[in-house]
Amino acid sequence: MRITIWGALSLLFFLGLTSAQPQPKTIILATTTSTQDSGLLDVLIPIFEKKTGYFVKTIAVGSGQAMAMGQKGEADVLLVHSPAAEKKFVAEGYGINRRIIMHNDYIVVGSSEDPAKIKGMKSSSESFKKIAATKTLFMSRGDNSGTHAKEKVIWKAAGINPEGQRWYQQTGLGMGQTLNVTAEKKGYTLTDRGTYLALKKNLGLDILVEGDAILLNIYHVIEANPTKWPKVNAAGGKAFADFMVSKETQEIIRTFGVDKFGSPLFFPDAGKKEEELGK
Amino acid sequence: MVDSTPILEGRNIEVKRGGATLLNIPSLIIQKGEILSLIGPNGAGKTTLLQSLSYLSKPLQGEIFFKGERVNSNHSAFEYRRKLAMVFQEPLLFDTTVFNNVASGLKIRRMRRSEIHRVVMEQLDRLGIGHLSQRSAKTLSGGEAQRASLARAFAIQPELLLLDEPFASLDPPSRESLIEDLERILRQTRTTTIFATHDRLEALRLSDRIAVIKQGEIVQIGSPEEVMNHPIDEFVASFVGVETVIKGRVVRGSGGTFVVSVSGQEIEAVGEAHLEEIVTLCIRPENVTLSIHASKEATSARNAFWGKIAKITPLGLYQKVQLHCGFPLVAYVTNQSLQDLSLTEGKEVKASFKATAIHVVRRQEK
Amino acid sequence: MKFDIFELVGNQEKVMDLILEGIKKAFYLLITFDPEVMKITLLSLQVSGTATFVSLLIGISIGVTIALSKFPGKRIVVSLINTGMALPPVVVGLFVTIFLWRNGPLGFFGILYTPTAMIMAQTVIATPIVMGITLAAIQQLPQKLRLQILSLGATRLQMVWILIKEAKLPLLAAVMAGFGGVISEVGASIMVGGNIKGYSRVLTTATVMETSRGNFDIAIALGIILLLLAYFINLILTQIQQRERPR
Repeated sequence: MRITIWGALSLLFFLGLTSAQPQPKTIILATTTSTQDSGLLDVLIPIFEKKTGYFVKTIAVGSGQAMAMGQKGEADVLLVHSPAAEKKFVAEGYGINRRIIMHNDYIVVGSSEDPAKIKGMKSSSESFKKIAATKTLFMSRGDNSGTHAKEKVIWKAAGINPEGQRWYQQTGLGMGQTLNVTAEKKGYTLTDRGTYLALKKNLGLDILVEGDAILLNIYHVIEANPTKWPKVNAAGGKAFADFMVSKETQEIIRTFGVDKFGSPLFFPDAGKKEEELGK
Repeated sequence: MVDSTPILEGRNIEVKRGGATLLNIPSLIIQKGEILSLIGPNGAGKTTLLQSLSYLSKPLQGEIFFKGERVNSNHSAFEYRRKLAMVFQEPLLFDTTVFNNVASGLKIRRMRRSEIHRVVMEQLDRLGIGHLSQRSAKTLSGGEAQRASLARAFAIQPELLLLDEPFASLDPPSRESLIEDLERILRQTRTTTIFATHDRLEALRLSDRIAVIKQGEIVQIGSPEEVMNHPIDEFVASFVGVETVIKGRVVRGSGGTFVVSVSGQEIEAVGEAHLEEIVTLCIRPENVTLSIHASKEATSARNAFWGKIAKITPLGLYQKVQLHCGFPLVAYVTNQSLQDLSLTEGKEVKASFKATAIHVVRRQEK
Repeated sequence: MKFDIFELVGNQEKVMDLILEGIKKAFYLLITFDPEVMKITLLSLQVSGTATFVSLLIGISIGVTIALSKFPGKRIVVSLINTGMALPPVVVGLFVTIFLWRNGPLGFFGILYTPTAMIMAQTVIATPIVMGITLAAIQQLPQKLRLQILSLGATRLQMVWILIKEAKLPLLAAVMAGFGGVISEVGASIMVGGNIKGYSRVLTTATVMETSRGNFDIAIALGIILLLLAYFINLILTQIQQRERPR
């Protein structure tokens, strides 16, 4: 009896040890939960790893935390979608080679009852004004994510400060969860199209406002600046960034999601200028 | 050739705790094969002395010599500990079978499995619990458990056995039966034993020598007869069961006897004493005879007093009769005698005792 | 807010449906040996198992030592250990993360976002639990028992081993408490592990991720699998604990 206990314990121990092998050539990629949740990286990362032999540690957090990691030199490359913050990031010297990868768009969703009557509006800021005027429940992610940043831009354009108002609630959660809470409480929220499409079936929320130029969600890849943080894997970060803008990858991005959702989740934009985007 | 080195010798053993002196023993010598009892009231220091002698708790000061060799360093202390065994008031058995308990000392010494089996069964049988070997120790009765604890101690064939009030928690039949068996085993194996108890009858029965402990000191040490019949002071006297302890003044004396005045009565005792000296007389209750007739026969009892019975207490095989004959006197009489004489409380009786039965304690300056 | 009985019943049905979906999914994933779920489950076991094992070594040895010694300030040390039993795992995760950052004091190991880091964090969480219970278990053994064991000729080490055997019931409870504490832990595991697919993702972190994505059926399935895992491990440990008692 004693022998079997010891045997089992040692076995477990060694099993545990083998799982903790340090991986060769590791890259830390900081990205957002919505990018992770779209499933795109689950397709791209294995291709990249196979091609280059790197091991990519994808750390999915909010844009805010992703950039904070970059600022501390704890990430080698960032894949984020928060342009204003990104520009500041690069200006302060934390990032280099900021390159555009793809875009998708945000949409305003809500219950079919639509108490603020914003369905079909062309301007997202106008729709926000109406939501504020009717004091209808609006769920914000409130986590400094790209989505949250975009939402704040729209409020600013509408000239409204929703902070502290009773109809404006902040979940601090990921996009999927925030959508569920919104559906539960029959409120409005701003979401990226990708997450919405993935959850649409069980949600019970309708797309109410879309197509506004301001709703464009643009993804960039930024490499961490090795001169600021010598410990970053500069070669790895560059390899990943190069991979993301490569023709093959862009092609994969173009068709990603079509078979599952009927429409692509992202639009590849490598090489373009930011101003060119939008319809 | 007899080895004259004592098996154990303690010198200047002192244990202090929190400012109080718990133990102060200038010298204690134990011969191989002897059974020494330590008797004294609770808190006198018997347990402390046993633990100091066993080197389980280091004495604050003092030296222990085992077979002539000093026990001090960790190594010699460990070697010494291996040669002794201790049994406590609680059996302190381990949560396993009786067999495994008794075997534990042997397993510690890394004895072979087959040897262990032989030795353990032998010890279990010797203590009459062979049939319990596979039982869980937690299910034993008090007596059975203490037998197991003793078996565990004997299994390692100790050169020195220390017993700390081992029978104190047992009911009388268990205790009686176990004392008998233990006596037999100790005599057979001639194991040197030091045994602490507050029960003087146990001590009387089992020991070669008795040491009386009071407040951390040995006040008297000697054979049972010495200690019982010649207690060195009132404390020892009352502890060893001398029921009548009275003080008086020497009023006259000559030729080896003297008369002591106690509460107006005069008692004759043998020995030497000075006039006007205050002495303490100790009279064992077994030595007091009662009668209800004014006897005209000459008896050799020099002391005879009439008194009234104050209280009769049954003590099993005999009765304790307390009477007042000017001074308090205690006598033991058999149940039969009580009946024959129709003794009752309040009755007048004549109590007599020999001068030679009186143990005189003279005031000694310490 | 109107109270609609049909809506209420309807909601209950929806919830029951969801849970039923989850149970079905759990079954399906297990029966088909879904590779990702197998990997996640195995990793949970490895990480928490290793962490519990290490915490046993540290916790029992130090716990026994403290229980058997006397020293000034012992009470303070014991209350620190007891407080450690209630350490919030996320706080542990935060501190371990900060230490393991590339630019942090232990950064040169490069083990942030690895299962090793998770083992470290979980060990920190489990060790005070094991230590605290061990302390109490040894302290409640009768004082004279130590003397009895020494008087049988045991070395100090043998005495410690015998005492541990005497306290095996509460000590096995300590193992179960330590294991239970870390197999169910998620905050620290996410922070120091990164929930990386196929590498540092365990049952708890995967459950959180699936929930945040809105995949409730998968989340419930993973939760059920976690419960089953914990149950079976504890079944084994309880067998050991209760079996060692002779009749």
